[in-house]
Amino acid sequence: MSEPVEILKTPVKLDYTYSAGQSASRFLRAMAEGKLIGQRCPVDGRVYFPTRGSCPQHGALMRPEPVELSDRGTVVTFSINRVPSENIKLDLPYAPVQVLLDGADTILMHVLGECPIDQVHMGMRVQAVWKPKSEWTTSIGNIKYFKPSGEPDAPFDSYKEHI
Amino acid sequence: MPPPTERALTAPHTLQYTYKRSLGKVLSAFFTGLRDKKILGVRRKDGSVLVPPKEYDPDTAESLSEMVEVGPGGVVRSWTWVARPREKQPLQHPFAYALILLDGAATPLLHAVDAGSEAKMKTGMRVRARWAPQTEGAIRDIACFEPEEKK
Amino acid sequence: MREVAVVAFAQSKSLRRELDRNEVEILIPVIGELREKSGLATGEIDFICSGSSDYLAGQSFAFVSGLDAVGAWPPVSESHVEMDGAWALYEAWVKIQMGYADVAMVYGFGKPSMGDLPETLALQLDPYVLTPLWPDAISIAALQARLCIEKGVTSERQMAEVAARDRKNALGNPYAQVKGEFEIAKLLAEPYLASPLRKHDCSPISDGASAILIASEKRAKQLAKRPAWIRGFTHICEPQDLGVRDLTRSRSTEIAAERAGVRKGKVDVAEIYGPFTHQEILIEKALGLGASTKVNPSGGALAGNPMMAAGLTRIGEAARRIWDGSADRAVAHATSGPCLQQNLVCVLEGN
Repeated sequence: MSEPVEILKTPVKLDYTYSAGQSASRFLRAMAEGKLIGQRCPVDGRVYFPTRGSCPQHGALMRPEPVELSDRGTVVTFSINRVPSENIKLDLPYAPVQVLLDGADTILMHVLGECPIDQVHMGMRVQAVWKPKSEWTTSIGNIKYFKPSGEPDAPFDSYKEHI
Repeated sequence: MPPPTERALTAPHTLQYTYKRSLGKVLSAFFTGLRDKKILGVRRKDGSVLVPPKEYDPDTAESLSEMVEVGPGGVVRSWTWVARPREKQPLQHPFAYALILLDGAATPLLHAVDAGSEAKMKTGMRVRARWAPQTEGAIRDIACFEPEEKK
Repeated sequence: MREVAVVAFAQSKSLRRELDRNEVEILIPVIGELREKSGLATGEIDFICSGSSDYLAGQSFAFVSGLDAVGAWPPVSESHVEMDGAWALYEAWVKIQMGYADVAMVYGFGKPSMGDLPETLALQLDPYVLTPLWPDAISIAALQARLCIEKGVTSERQMAEVAARDRKNALGNPYAQVKGEFEIAKLLAEPYLASPLRKHDCSPISDGASAILIASEKRAKQLAKRPAWIRGFTHICEPQDLGVRDLTRSRSTEIAAERAGVRKGKVDVAEIYGPFTHQEILIEKALGLGASTKVNPSGGALAGNPMMAAGLTRIGEAARRIWDGSADRAVAHATSGPCLQQNLVCVLEGN
């Protein structure tokens, strides 16, 4: 009791009702139906997935027509993570992957599964593994992970623009 | 831009941070004082006492270090009534926030006053610190202030 | 000093809750309108600066997504302030003064409806001795209001008159949220919200965005028929501790007004950012406005207070009156922090 007080704990806790807006809501509602919906930029026609409603390069409103994408794609790049984190419930080590879905021009961040960690490589073809349909909600988490599809590797030219 | 076509999805979101702040000499003395149920200010060159204490004089920028005990009673300089307290606020029944000029201080301290009713609050009334059952070195070691009973 | 002018302005409607659009979707038409009015593409803008607060969205780096509404490829020269867009405009003006830009675009935006704004603003207070008591922003303003009333600086009636005046002016503003003709007696008969403040003494909570284009002399003359020349631009801050400040006057506004040269000429229009009626009165006094100045023709913050854009909007609304010829000289003011802690003054002239 005679030690001076040298540290003050000042926790902050604020509650919000976060609103997703139009584009993100459309993307999430499609996820609940097992669909991956992107949008096209009116200036250069590139397909963004997911999207916040405007093209981050041109600042233009995305074209409203939904572009349905395959749940199959190519690993553009990856990392191997050996560091535990409070919020991530995955066995260590795991591989975060950047996947270029067939039909999309932007990459999706996700995680690799059903693959020995030393086999992940750029150009690897992967396939989404979904949770059981009864567990689907408005969330990207409906896809548990991406697993190797067994197809031959995609040529470097097909994804080099997206690294 | 075409008008929104569907209701956007919403979800609850809590932003939570833990922070541990190092205090330095002046605030360490202040919060140690609170733990020991004493309210301390710091003396300026002109002799007046700043509450809460500061490391530097706000007018002259001179370094300050002489701690002086003030209160625990004082005078309400301004107040407002909180009819529907929020969860994190000091009291969970209606109370006042007030600027309280503690005896011996030149600047007021902002804190809560448990007056019981809005009608009991008045600029110029005397209040006294009510200490929390457990003190740890924080501003809420003063649970709140309460009207000083007239003798 | 280079001659710099406000040449275009756009804003969204202030709404209590933008239920269906996120910040980017609110910004897209505002930026789009600015592009259309000026005919400029992003590549022709030398510098972009925005004002917003991550605490309104509850997400760190929330402000980065705002840039999606602008487009940032090829890479752009861009900056951000965790402040009202009026301060982003100040940074852009300094950039042009330094010769690093000739045309700058500034925007401010906020969706405070997603959180509890009066509680969130407790984070602006001293984190050691005040935030842990979580005094909400309305209680803090009320403490100042009582000091002003008891000192005779203002009265509950005068405060109600300011609310009525601003909301009547707002009838002419299609972007305003709270507008109408209110009887003083009826207003004063309302119960206190946080005594001595009543509901009408407080600005509404508003979601919204606004954007402004400024340019140096040669470009300004190409972009606007009657550019609103920035002839004074200053901001001054007071200490954070409420107890060491004189809360019954706005000393920082007095200093800013002096340095910006407010009283060098007649002020036709003043757009004041007063989130509370007594604060609007303190600013009016601090600016030293005469009876002939038209105050808050837009309705001011009491009619619509989109956090992080309301101050920038005051500058835009003042500029509009220069462009349309209804004013030759206008003053715009913006504030930030508890009890008018920090104040910005901008003087605009048409000649």
